[in-house]
Amino acid sequence: MSKARIGLFVTCLVDLYRPSVAFASIKLLEDAGYRVEVPQSQTCCGQPAFNNGDFGSTCEIARQVIDAFADFDYVVGASGSCIGTIKMHYPELFEDDPEWLAKARDLSARAFELTSFLTDIAGIDSVESGFGGELTYHDSCSGLRELGIKQQPRKLLGSIEGVSIREMQHSETCCGFGGTFCVKFPEISTRLASDKVDNICNSKAQVLIGGDLGCLLNIGGRLQRLDKPVRVFHVAEVLADMADGSAIGEEET
Amino acid sequence: MADSARDRILGRIRAVTGSKDGENPGLRISQPPLLIRPRIPSELLPRFVEKLELGGGSISQVAEHAGIPAEIGRFLDAEKFPATLRAAPALRNISWGDGLEVSYGSSDGGDLVSVTPAFCAIAETGSLLLVSGEDSPTTLNFLPDVHIVIVESDQLLAHPEDAWAKLRELGQVPRTVNVITGPSKTADIEQTLQIGAHGPRKLHVILVHPE
Amino acid sequence: MQSQSHRFKQNVSVALEDVSLQKALSRVQEGFVDKRAAVVSTLPEFEQLREQGREIRNHVLDHLDFYLRRFENRVQALGGQVHWAENAEQARDIVRDICRRVEAKTVIKGKSMISEEIALNEALELDGLDVVESDLGEYILQLAQEPPSHIIAPAIHKTRAQISELFYNAHQKLGYTKKLDTVPDLVNEAREVLRSRYLEADVGITGANFLVAETGSNIIVTNEGNGDLSCTLPRVHIVTASIDKVVPTLDDASALLRLLARSATGQEITSYTTFSSGPKRAGDADGPDEYHVVLLDNGRTEMLAGAFRDMLRCIRCGACMNHCPVYGAIGGHSHRWGYPGPIGSVLTPNFLGLEEAGDLANACTLNGHCASVCPVKIPLPDLLREHRRRQFERKLQPLPARLALAAWAGIARRPWIYQPLMATGIGMLRLLSRGRGKFKSLPMLGAWTRTRDLPAPQSRTFQTLWKKQRGKR
Repeated sequence: MSKARIGLFVTCLVDLYRPSVAFASIKLLEDAGYRVEVPQSQTCCGQPAFNNGDFGSTCEIARQVIDAFADFDYVVGASGSCIGTIKMHYPELFEDDPEWLAKARDLSARAFELTSFLTDIAGIDSVESGFGGELTYHDSCSGLRELGIKQQPRKLLGSIEGVSIREMQHSETCCGFGGTFCVKFPEISTRLASDKVDNICNSKAQVLIGGDLGCLLNIGGRLQRLDKPVRVFHVAEVLADMADGSAIGEEET
Repeated sequence: MADSARDRILGRIRAVTGSKDGENPGLRISQPPLLIRPRIPSELLPRFVEKLELGGGSISQVAEHAGIPAEIGRFLDAEKFPATLRAAPALRNISWGDGLEVSYGSSDGGDLVSVTPAFCAIAETGSLLLVSGEDSPTTLNFLPDVHIVIVESDQLLAHPEDAWAKLRELGQVPRTVNVITGPSKTADIEQTLQIGAHGPRKLHVILVHPE
Repeated sequence: MQSQSHRFKQNVSVALEDVSLQKALSRVQEGFVDKRAAVVSTLPEFEQLREQGREIRNHVLDHLDFYLRRFENRVQALGGQVHWAENAEQARDIVRDICRRVEAKTVIKGKSMISEEIALNEALELDGLDVVESDLGEYILQLAQEPPSHIIAPAIHKTRAQISELFYNAHQKLGYTKKLDTVPDLVNEAREVLRSRYLEADVGITGANFLVAETGSNIIVTNEGNGDLSCTLPRVHIVTASIDKVVPTLDDASALLRLLARSATGQEITSYTTFSSGPKRAGDADGPDEYHVVLLDNGRTEMLAGAFRDMLRCIRCGACMNHCPVYGAIGGHSHRWGYPGPIGSVLTPNFLGLEEAGDLANACTLNGHCASVCPVKIPLPDLLREHRRRQFERKLQPLPARLALAAWAGIARRPWIYQPLMATGIGMLRLLSRGRGKFKSLPMLGAWTRTRDLPAPQSRTFQTLWKKQRGKR
């Protein structure tokens, strides 16, 4: 039986900021027995346009994504936010366009966030990684509330021998990133990030893990501005044992 | 003027809802659908007591009507309230005896203690349901500091829906129906719970429960 | 009430610096969020009840004209009167005319959001009436001459010391000359002062949590017993309610009340749920001689016909604001108009227009916490996004933001331009970072870097690296 084919949805932030998250995702998916390809015609899921009310541009970008991933058995991305847009909102965009609605629904059914794909579809319940230490996990809002991602990353992280998870208070509260919100309302955004930093520090964990790069850039940036010694990694990097380099925002080694 | 506002508002609504006239909404009133009722995992009486106390109310039991005056006397004595009652006229058939000074009628705000009958009690929430009428003034439920309610054990129902069924048997809903669960309270100052905001500071139930 | 929604951004800065407001807001978590979670966890049927609540409210909206006519018919049959108001002005006039006709001097009020919406107190006071709010929180705000900052706990932003000062100044002339500092003392003083106001009031005005079509009743829920006294003691009872408040039957009301108390205050039920139906009956020992219901539209029929219809399911529990991180940071006064929090951000632009209140729809991270706790499953983030769509279409967003979005969307639609452009941009950014892993400041990105470091790109873009590596594979 030939391997099922996965199209990796890279996400724009991973493409620009942290390629290691994409490499880690590919490794995890290949180790799970899948063939992974990266369509070149992808850019972004369109969320910045969508959340700023430009539904026309969002539709154009959505058509581009739908076409780019038309031939894959699955579409997997290391972000609850981008996959949430593809899975939950693309079908809404084409409510009045039967042809594209069918395509959007088809893509929606095949689209999965990385940790939920690994546990819920690939049936993986443990990974091997040399990463060790006390972690705390920030639940990104879209992954949590649009896709129900809560236990999956914890299950996988918990399977790593040297890792223990120290839950922070209010792990489900927004960090204040919110896409363009963080620069449109910087004072409110900073306040929410500061609250998150307090909760992280109170957890006494040495490492913050999350599943969405946007949140991690925001929280990481605030942690570093406040000189907190907490390291920040994406969950894919830790699961794939590729977190031996610089953490987010750290000086290059 | 008011009529035309009415017609315009209803007209605008009908312009939206008109297409849905296929079903008859009147059926929901004449034959109400069975809605979800939370399961009560215990017997009704312990549930009623648990929820009543959770809401801040208290309860004592007597085996027969003749025991009511003495029980009220004990309660008021223990709580250091005078043995003076303002009672709903519906309770005129109780022989109060010598220990209690009882007057009947609505309250003008000068009464410390009232005693009223219940229409029924609801186990799900530990609530008392009181109705207004010739013999049961609503002011007694709110103005006195202490409100004592007499409940017969066969008045205890599981859910508010059971109370509505009983209420519908009256033919017409009374002017005021009070569902009361515990004493008056407020948390409007610094989210600090304080008993006795505008209504009674104490709610006490006397359950007449033949052995 | 004077709207200040257009000054939202200035209001935010003030709110974030307001020490006593921040102290008060920190109590929302314990006071509302934790209590709600605890009470929900003991009711296994809660999620089913939410779905049922959504269905009941949708059913009402599908047949709103039927249920309103049925309600009116029942109220009239019981000897009450129903008045219809298309807008705030008509509603104010109706209430004022009733007060004039009965020669009222004093009005006692239960808590009513509709009264806030139509600015009723100001209108009645202008007519020479003595208007007294009886809900403790509303009374405090009336003394402070401030609008509510929360729909369930209107004075949540006030500290005990501030309340003590307000009472001291207002009650001295009534013979209360001691400055109080404990909560029980403050509550007791308000109880005593307000008790006489109830007894002398000619008209009682309350809101309605629900109107029951089956019986012609209005329902109010309180913990204090204030609204209940306002229904009972004065000789005239006026209910101000919006047209969306109607429910078919007593059973439907119970189904929604189960959701309301848990979602609002984390209680299974409030101390008092009072059903008032018409004026007092022949022989009744007490109750009002007249019973009036003012049914207010004020833009709701327009919402019913459009994209904001789901909002009309709202039962005004306040759970959305209790769980909103933005509300938790700035409170309800930054909205400065009637409804705070997520429901306010949806409703206010509907009432006042996007030009006036457009900021509200944008001041949200779309985290979805509000919708996940809404007892009738209103998709609040989707409705906020709908406001943004309209802003975009009408070009109401600031020009620089629109230009930036248009430029980004233009290249994001063209991968053959996007990828080389991003590769070049990221390369330059990486050079600028000189291996330090982050930026302390960057031109054009001050909104980020004023308070946060900006992590630097790790390497070249993934697509660039992948092309190279794939060549080797």
